[in-house]
Amino acid sequence: MSVLIIACGALAREIGAVADQLPAFDLRCVPATLHNRPEQIVPAIETVLDDTGGLYDRTILAFGDCGTGGALDRLCDARGLQRLPGAHCYAFFAGPPVFDTMMGEELGTFFLTDFLARQFDSMVMRPLGLDRKPELRDMYFGHYKRLVFMSQTQDPDLLAKAVSAARTLGLQFEHRPTGLAPFARDLARLSAHLAA
Amino acid sequence: MCLTMSEEPELILADLSDDDLVEQMKDDLYDGMGPEITEGTKILLDRGWDANRILSESLVEAMRIVGLDFADGILFVPEVLSAANAMKGGMELLRPILAASDTQVSTGRVVIGTVKGDIHDIGKNLVGMMLEGAGFEVFDLGINTSLDEFLEAIDKHDPHILGMSALLTTTMPYMGVVIEDLEKRNMLKNLPVMIGGAPVNQEFADAVKANAYGPDAATTAELAKTIVGVNR
Repeated sequence: MSVLIIACGALAREIGAVADQLPAFDLRCVPATLHNRPEQIVPAIETVLDDTGGLYDRTILAFGDCGTGGALDRLCDARGLQRLPGAHCYAFFAGPPVFDTMMGEELGTFFLTDFLARQFDSMVMRPLGLDRKPELRDMYFGHYKRLVFMSQTQDPDLLAKAVSAARTLGLQFEHRPTGLAPFARDLARLSAHLAA
Repeated sequence: MCLTMSEEPELILADLSDDDLVEQMKDDLYDGMGPEITEGTKILLDRGWDANRILSESLVEAMRIVGLDFADGILFVPEVLSAANAMKGGMELLRPILAASDTQVSTGRVVIGTVKGDIHDIGKNLVGMMLEGAGFEVFDLGINTSLDEFLEAIDKHDPHILGMSALLTTTMPYMGVVIEDLEKRNMLKNLPVMIGGAPVNQEFADAVKANAYGPDAATTAELAKTIVGVNR
């Protein structure tokens, strides 16, 4: 059985890192920058589906809800797709129960993953205009209290970037290494189930 | 001969005629120039302008254009926020005057809040400002607002409209929870509910039986005026 994973570009590196734990699959990505225009995520995925129509037995979406207001789940229902569980990619990495606990601890939590720490300027600072209008920081982040860096790897450079990001946003910093185990487990379960 | 930026003569707002000043304020608000908006508002007040006229002809009109250009993809969120910040400075001068005015007629009362579990209030705050600009009394419950807090505010302020906002897909269903409870209490007959927020759309609004969906702040204020007119 052939499997296609359509993923957010923010997860491409991590999917590659756990590929040896998954059945054979092909990977197609859509730009992570679409998170700033979530209404464009479903059309982008539909374009991939149309390009690959009939080539695969099963298709998995490596996406959270990503601010689509349930549109991704409706797409899954309409096209017979499967999606990783959780509203955000942070939830994939921590595992949904751990993520929910963290949100319960502090509603005002801003999350960074390895990808977001690496791309903090291009995914956060520039799209929010904070590079040119730093005075807007508190309008965006005034109700946030802490930044939790969920790291997938042990990379001192990324850790330093995450610390710097917290300082830039005026948030307390916490580091919670997640590794890739919860992500790999969920993706493997989904892939194996589909491939069986 | 072209002037370089440094050679451009400084614009003195106080030297402009009323009409030119209003036009300049609209440009300044569009460009997010807060101090200029505050200064222009003070000048118009000193010239005897009615606070309501300043609000509607300069601040609200400029913000309406900002909203249109945002919808058209000409402006983006940072520019809208800068404009809102600039408007806030003018509003802070006008609000106490409007509140103290004997002649000011309220368009209606609106209770608004970001729903429980959600701390995002940028859109809700924009809506609040545009509603104020349209003459509504706005009672803003802030963020992370529970059903009980909404009920308490409805009891206290007897609003003509309830507005709820959410940014997260995970929190937007709470709007349905509130509406369902209001329906059980038979309160919806006299209390139209408007909802909005980035993941919200008309389909969702229909699903949770909201009376109206506001896609942006300016449209929401117009919808609110229509609703109040219809209901009165």
